[in-house]
Amino acid sequence: MKLSRKWLSEFTDIKASDKEYCDAMTLSGSKVEGYEVLGSEISNVVVGRVISIERHPDSDHLWVCSVDAGLGAPLQIVTGAQNVRAGDLVPAALHGSTLPGGIKIKKGKLRGVESEGMLCSLKELGLDRHDFPYAAEDGIFILEEECSPGDDIKKVIGFDDTVVEFEITNNRPDCFSIIGLARESAVTFGTELRLASPEVMGSGDDITNYIDIEIENAALCPRYTARVVKNIRIAPSPKWLRQRLRASGVRPINNIVDITNYVMLEYGQPMHAFDYACVKGKKIIVRNARDGETLETLDGNLRKLTPDMLVIADAERPIGVAGVMGGANSEITENTVTVVFESANFNGVSVRKTAAALGMRTDASGRFEKGLDPLGTLPAVQRACELVEMLNAGDVVDGVIDDIAADIKTVTLPLTPGRINALLGAEIEEEFMVKVLSDLGFTVENGLITVPSWRSDIEHYSDIAEEVARFYGYNVIEPTSFRGAAVQGGLTERQSIERSLSQLCRGIGFTEILTYSFIGPSDYDKIMLPGDSALRNSLRILNPLGDDTSLMRTTGLPPMLEVLGRNFSYRNKDVRLYELSRVYIPVEGAELPDERVKLVMGAYGSKEDFYSLKGCVEAVLGFLRVTGAEYALRSDHCSFHPGRCAEISAGGRVLGVIGQIHPKVQENYGIETPVYAAELDLGFMLEARQPEASYKPLSRFPSVYRDLALVCGDDVTVASLEKHIRSGGGKTLRAVSLFDVYKGSPIPSGKKSVAFSLEFCSDEQSLTDTDIAPLMEKILKVLKSELGAEIR
Amino acid sequence: MKKILEDIKNSSLAAVQSADDPSALEAVRVNYLGKKGSLTAVLKQMGSLSAEERPVIGQLANQVRSEIEEAIAKKAQALSEELLLRRLEEEKLDVTIPGTKVSVGKKHPMSIVLEEVVDIFTGMGYSVAEGPEVEYSANNFDKLNAPEGHPAREWSDTFYFREDSSVLLRPQTSPVQVRVMQTQKPPIRVIAPGRVYRKDEVDATHSPMFHQVEGLVVDKGITMGDLKGALNTLVQRLYGKDAKTRFRPHHFPFTEPSCEVDMQCFECQGAGCRVCKGEGWIEILGAGMVHPKVLEGCGIDTSVYSGFAFGVGLERLTLRRFNISDMRLLFENDMRFLNQF
Repeated sequence: MKLSRKWLSEFTDIKASDKEYCDAMTLSGSKVEGYEVLGSEISNVVVGRVISIERHPDSDHLWVCSVDAGLGAPLQIVTGAQNVRAGDLVPAALHGSTLPGGIKIKKGKLRGVESEGMLCSLKELGLDRHDFPYAAEDGIFILEEECSPGDDIKKVIGFDDTVVEFEITNNRPDCFSIIGLARESAVTFGTELRLASPEVMGSGDDITNYIDIEIENAALCPRYTARVVKNIRIAPSPKWLRQRLRASGVRPINNIVDITNYVMLEYGQPMHAFDYACVKGKKIIVRNARDGETLETLDGNLRKLTPDMLVIADAERPIGVAGVMGGANSEITENTVTVVFESANFNGVSVRKTAAALGMRTDASGRFEKGLDPLGTLPAVQRACELVEMLNAGDVVDGVIDDIAADIKTVTLPLTPGRINALLGAEIEEEFMVKVLSDLGFTVENGLITVPSWRSDIEHYSDIAEEVARFYGYNVIEPTSFRGAAVQGGLTERQSIERSLSQLCRGIGFTEILTYSFIGPSDYDKIMLPGDSALRNSLRILNPLGDDTSLMRTTGLPPMLEVLGRNFSYRNKDVRLYELSRVYIPVEGAELPDERVKLVMGAYGSKEDFYSLKGCVEAVLGFLRVTGAEYALRSDHCSFHPGRCAEISAGGRVLGVIGQIHPKVQENYGIETPVYAAELDLGFMLEARQPEASYKPLSRFPSVYRDLALVCGDDVTVASLEKHIRSGGGKTLRAVSLFDVYKGSPIPSGKKSVAFSLEFCSDEQSLTDTDIAPLMEKILKVLKSELGAEIR
Repeated sequence: MKKILEDIKNSSLAAVQSADDPSALEAVRVNYLGKKGSLTAVLKQMGSLSAEERPVIGQLANQVRSEIEEAIAKKAQALSEELLLRRLEEEKLDVTIPGTKVSVGKKHPMSIVLEEVVDIFTGMGYSVAEGPEVEYSANNFDKLNAPEGHPAREWSDTFYFREDSSVLLRPQTSPVQVRVMQTQKPPIRVIAPGRVYRKDEVDATHSPMFHQVEGLVVDKGITMGDLKGALNTLVQRLYGKDAKTRFRPHHFPFTEPSCEVDMQCFECQGAGCRVCKGEGWIEILGAGMVHPKVLEGCGIDTSVYSGFAFGVGLERLTLRRFNISDMRLLFENDMRFLNQF
């Protein structure tokens, strides 16, 4: 909302500088977005009187003027315009002056003739003919204003003003008006607010001879007020009115249209003027649109109306979309003789939905959608008619039609100073509270507050507390530390684990990433999920930004691969990434999905292979005290290399998957090097967590080590070898660690050599060869019988 | 005899001195003290001496022997010292060559700031509450005093999963407040960080997914002064003791009175500059006293309890903290970016 400080001064006198004014308004709750000192680009431009004018000796189109610019001696100024005559008052830009667009004017010679400045056109002053309709389209702006040579042009053209732009919050539609902001300003600065009731003389006749109003949908139109003006004399509005519109960002059109805009700005009540000649059947009906109805709106677009939209209709057809825009079929024209002024109250939600459905948010709809004061319609229409008379724009027909279709409630609240102070943590005098409220238009009598009709946001003592606090000063309230009962804060165990797990991942070289929770169906294609995969069953956003962000992800793999791909394309080498975030698994019969936290790890680079990532996963599981995890080859996970993918499980529950990304998937993400990834379910890992260890005494006897090199079939897994070594070794066998796997000569093809280091230890004695030998023998026997493995 | 011993002593000591490595020294030892050494040879002749001479010469010979031995030992020690010094000299490294690389991953800048915020509040006795991102409209709107018809409920602003608008992607962390108040009795002191979603196209300052940290305190006698105290602490812990705040009235449906909190521009100290768009202040968060309707809707007796709530946009804190100019960088996850933190 733009506020002209000149316009404001009609209602209250505020001496503060622009900066002081803006700061104070912001702190009392009317947030200032910025302000513009009008004409700040114009300097040293004055009114000049053309004393004489003669042809340039060397040009057939230039003129040499002698100009009285109030400086004593006349100036010589050369102009190319053809509309200047001796005696004209013109804007003269003197030597060293500036004009809009960063233009600087300096003395100079034009075809050998000295010119001490420049005469200006409308455009050169940043104006157009809407501002000064009498000015010439081309040529110099010949002033018809009351002014004399030497006057600052800014004052003459109304640029002696500052326009302040406010951000108005949804709860304060009343501040979408000059009067509303004037009220806030007056209370902020403690100045007097001058409000006048509009007075209309009238010209006889009776409105009922002209029009009848019928409200069919009272819920969407609680009130409709109208007046009729006849003998319309369409003309440009006077300068003061045009300048106020201009300062408010509204283009002046003609007196009738300008009046409706002026009243909307001043009172916050949108108005509309219909050409009475176009209202068929002398009737205005406020009703829902009928199926299939259309209307060409004032902007020239044909609108398809639907039955949930409220329209203003005459006896035959819609002539306006209620609260949004009028129809072209009843537009004010040069030939309009009689107008109907509409000042109505429409339901905000309905107006907003209609405007959104038609894709046309207007100044009017923007005001209505926040919910306007139902008592505001009458003063607004009166003000419009007062202006008609003031501008001599027509004859106001006696009588007002004011159709109040729905009850208008008055809100009252008790004034509770103690409670307000307790909420604010302040000690504000009751007297101060009463004064603030009264100045804001509330009435306070016998401890009872009556809320003014334009303050529909006030319904609770806490609202009153805010009214008081914002003028007392939020920044005056002393910051305190609450005491209250002691509560145990801090992170839960789960939250601490997430944090330290994240730390572990970084410790083993993985960098944290942050990706969007939504993906698109094509992401599932990119990771080659089969059409019937359960993971494709994702929660779908009905109004997504795009198809590619329409599904809540059920796996963290696509975003991880996306990020790896991006890094690869940036030629970042040796990348290891992790993300600890949610997936959203739909639950049959439940409205909300199961939001599960997944740890996704992904890597590519010269040092990566399946086992390097597996080592990291083992570190994660070890850190979380998940012991005995099993890795089973999984050849049917379509996103992974069929021979290099394992399902990880513990305690019979699948924790996740690890593997080399399938070459085709890798290609889908534009990565030209093998990629490894793992996805683990944090919740399942925590369920598989072993209790915290309790200390076991260390053996007093040294360990004995034996290496065991075996030859076995190529398809015998290391896990099975280890399992049988352990079973053969019994409890004296403390540790089994793999140190070599070898294929090739001299090992026969189809076979491999696998070597382990075995650690034996006893709590009772030092072990000797005689103790170990039978164990080794037993181990070999088991290996031979179970797996066909033999000592190499 | 005596003369011979003297000669041996002199020549051997000279030989010891001139031995310049352990093997030369060993040769000297063998030469004089070995089985065929000259001193040994002298000793072998002892039998030919008279009974008077024998003890004298014997003593002298022993003395010579021990002198030689002592000299050899000393020389050996010196040589080995010298050898060690030489080795150490040879083992000298170029200590400016970088260490063997141990790669340690980086924390995402958002996490750095989030953990800091969490630590500040947990340090003040707050717990961390969590809630679902796919949420009921009831928890996100109705119970937060944004009834049917409220503009934020529009499909143009919030993502929905059901035609009847009953399930949505939470556009704020505030529904966690509702969940906490419905399941916990006061005193309540929680923060709720998390992902939130709004229908904004991606650009330098917008993202359809971003993060908030919500704070909620409900107890007997909680005041707006307490809210100011808590938020001043947050700002000063994040931006230093000299950080100045300004509270100005604003509007949120679920708080009353409501405020926005500005921090004095760190660039111009309030004078107005490009960073703060000439205002001297930068908006950092929204807050207020929990609306009585919200408290009552969650079954909390407003004649006994009051509370405050606040919400901070984490992206904004992060961008400011690290001078990042474009929000998209946070979600792009380029290693060249992440490695900087």
